Amino acid sequence: MHELSICQALLDQVERIADEHGATRVERILLRIGPLSGVEPDLLERAYPLAAAGTRAECATLAIESAPVRVRCLDCGAESTVEPNRLLCAACDGYRTRLISGDEMLLANLELSIPDAPAS
Amino acid sequence: MCDTCGCNITPGNEHLVRDGGRHARTEDGRAAVSVLRNLLTENDHQARHNREHFDRHGVLAINLMSSPGAGKTRLLEATIEVLGPSCRIAVIEGDLETENDAERIRAKGVQAVQIATGSACHLDAHMVHQALHQIDLDGIDLLFIENVGNLVCPASFDLGQHRNVTLLSVPEGDDKPAKYPVIFRAADLVLCTKGDLLPVLEDFDPERAERHLRALASVAPFDVVSTRRPGELEPWLLWLRDELQAQDTRRALGRTIHPLIQPDGALLHGDAQEGEHHGHGHFHQAAQSHG
Repeated sequence: MHELSICQALLDQVERIADEHGATRVERILLRIGPLSGVEPDLLERAYPLAAAGTRAECATLAIESAPVRVRCLDCGAESTVEPNRLLCAACDGYRTRLISGDEMLLANLELSIPDAPAS
Repeated sequence: MCDTCGCNITPGNEHLVRDGGRHARTEDGRAAVSVLRNLLTENDHQARHNREHFDRHGVLAINLMSSPGAGKTRLLEATIEVLGPSCRIAVIEGDLETENDAERIRAKGVQAVQIATGSACHLDAHMVHQALHQIDLDGIDLLFIENVGNLVCPASFDLGQHRNVTLLSVPEGDDKPAKYPVIFRAADLVLCTKGDLLPVLEDFDPERAERHLRALASVAPFDVVSTRRPGELEPWLLWLRDELQAQDTRRALGRTIHPLIQPDGALLHGDAQEGEHHGHGHFHQAAQSHG
């Protein structure tokens, strides 16, 4: 269960960005978490309220976007969507592949309430 | 200024408020900030500092990962017995509780720093940095970081190590790489430990275990070893000696290396805005220096 550590790291970043923008509240957090990141989205969602309590992001909606596991073959050049435990080229079965999507653990986007810039 | 007619948009801030800009607005008027930053940026930053420390002092740092009881500490004891006379070694031990493993290492005459993680199931770069304060890096050539026994969480945290070694012990079953792809994919070397048990645990087929590893597109060597019978650690010792030599060469050239697959590998995909990250470009350069 390292999801709590990851939530804490996330909130450190979110707080810093909220400071940079003079935000009073964080409304929505969008993460991109791939199946090969080693992070379980469900556990992250469950850990989030614990880590966020008392912060400006306490009431934020945590949205988590997944990403398909995709590889590019270095031999035949094909790109294919594959299973997390089978990262071979779907076209030629080659093992010389490079992961092009699926191990992301990214803070993608934040929605903030910023009082100085009046909202419509 | 208002947000309805666009009069607040100037040539100077236009890039911030247009779609996808830093202050693009959602329909209900919130500021939308595009970030695209790794969640573990702080950890990765510390990890890079750790790696710089190791490189400056000419130390090769190896992170050992496995499930609990796969034989990490025993492997280190046996390694110290063989390499101890020719190589100056220190060990950082990660466990939830107790000094037991550190004491086993100290009994072999090698410095060991125990990190008791409490409830944390993995080491992170900050914990390792703390432990480094207790080690004289100029006095060692090789640092082993024995991670908390866990096949899930340690894979997500870069510690600053140069190499990842993942252990798979024979009693665990040969399909572990298929069940835990993240940690086996991160390995630069997979050691199949307790090889002396193969004759009694016939269900375990080393070839099948290696096939599961290859299915992860891993090119890491897969070696069966045992600490119980003389000579059966040779593949590991050979690999280690090669790595020590390679680290010396890299040091002379002022280069560094990190594990082949980084936890923050997503940064390599080009969908992240690399310019926003510390040490941009570092990843590509270091990756090319492999081998």
